Amino acid sequence: MNNTHDHNPEKTHQKFLAPENMPRTVIGPDGEEIHIDPLNDYFCSERPKVHEPANNKIIEKFMNWARAESLWVLGFGTGCGSIEIPPLLSPRFDAFRYGVAMRPTPRQSSVLIISGYLAVKTLKRAIRSYEQMQNPKFVIALGSCTINGGMYWDSYNTINRLDHYLPVDIYIAGCMPRPEAILAGFDQLKKRIKEGRAEGANEYARNFDWYKSNQKKIIKDWNMPDYNW
Amino acid sequence: MNQLFKRLEDSFGLTAESPRKPDQYFCTVDANKLVACITHLRDNEGFTILTLLTAVDWIEDGKFQLTYLLNNPATKTDLGVRIFIERDNTSMQSIHHLWGHAATFQRELKEMFGIDFPGSPRVDEPFLLEGWDDIPPMRREFDTKKYAEETYFPRPGRETNDPAQYMKQKLYPDE
Repeated sequence: MNNTHDHNPEKTHQKFLAPENMPRTVIGPDGEEIHIDPLNDYFCSERPKVHEPANNKIIEKFMNWARAESLWVLGFGTGCGSIEIPPLLSPRFDAFRYGVAMRPTPRQSSVLIISGYLAVKTLKRAIRSYEQMQNPKFVIALGSCTINGGMYWDSYNTINRLDHYLPVDIYIAGCMPRPEAILAGFDQLKKRIKEGRAEGANEYARNFDWYKSNQKKIIKDWNMPDYNW
Repeated sequence: MNQLFKRLEDSFGLTAESPRKPDQYFCTVDANKLVACITHLRDNEGFTILTLLTAVDWIEDGKFQLTYLLNNPATKTDLGVRIFIERDNTSMQSIHHLWGHAATFQRELKEMFGIDFPGSPRVDEPFLLEGWDDIPPMRREFDTKKYAEETYFPRPGRETNDPAQYMKQKLYPDE
């Protein structure tokens, strides 16, 4: 673990810290004092790394095929688009025949669907979820709200462009897109992955500082580590 | 309802308005008599439900208008009790002791309009806007569009046409 991203109090806005993230001293069973600083002890402070494609073309092609054919989606719904996801899994549209399944936790999933407008409060949770997902990971942005703000373009609390905060692999336009459109979007994502062009996670790692500065510009009570493992 | 208003007129400085619907009435009372008035309505007149508590910003008059919408489940009538309070550094008596969920409304009003309710539970904690450091966004002097353009990286290329101007230009280009 490198400590270049060490969290000093002024930087992380100590006053915003949640109670469970406050530094504290605990008395152990033998009477010894244990100092706990959750931000440093519970989270890994290492930055994301770029994962280069495999040297062997055949192996990379095989791995991309495997990535494309089992897209596990994190069950995280924001905005009105999350209404379009349940029918996607119903017998009528049956996304599971394309290898699309919903997963309950970020650790198990490889696709994050941002389904509609993002309030700043939700963006914070979306960033945490995205960063806890393991590579390979992809982001699908649903609806016009994620493209240019949609009908919330002049709102005081919803973002306009998702690609300034998270690396987007596929946009699905519409307000809201029907489940058929979402299936087409998954199809496009598969094509991109098989061509080796779905490099959002690497882009996030390369431009990490730019993404972080954008995120911190609007999330003013930043009370979490820079990269949440 | 008219009898009820007549009974309350003297004691609470109540001004009734003409009803909007057969089952919906509005009245205005003095701000300092509000808590006594709605306590009376709740305990003695059967208005046992607080449906909502909301604010309107009359920036021209320098006033906030608070509406306490009460419901009488026995007669199925709504009664909106309105008060006017000053706009600057304003605070109002809390009614969380009458209805517990009023604390949530008051917390929202504190955040969105800056109306303080001293003593209301958790009224100073952030509710929807975490880490907000500007003036409360629902006050009318807050320029939402300007704030969004400065903060949220608007995508270039969004153009809107005023329909009247656009049609005039299209139909009568010479004028």
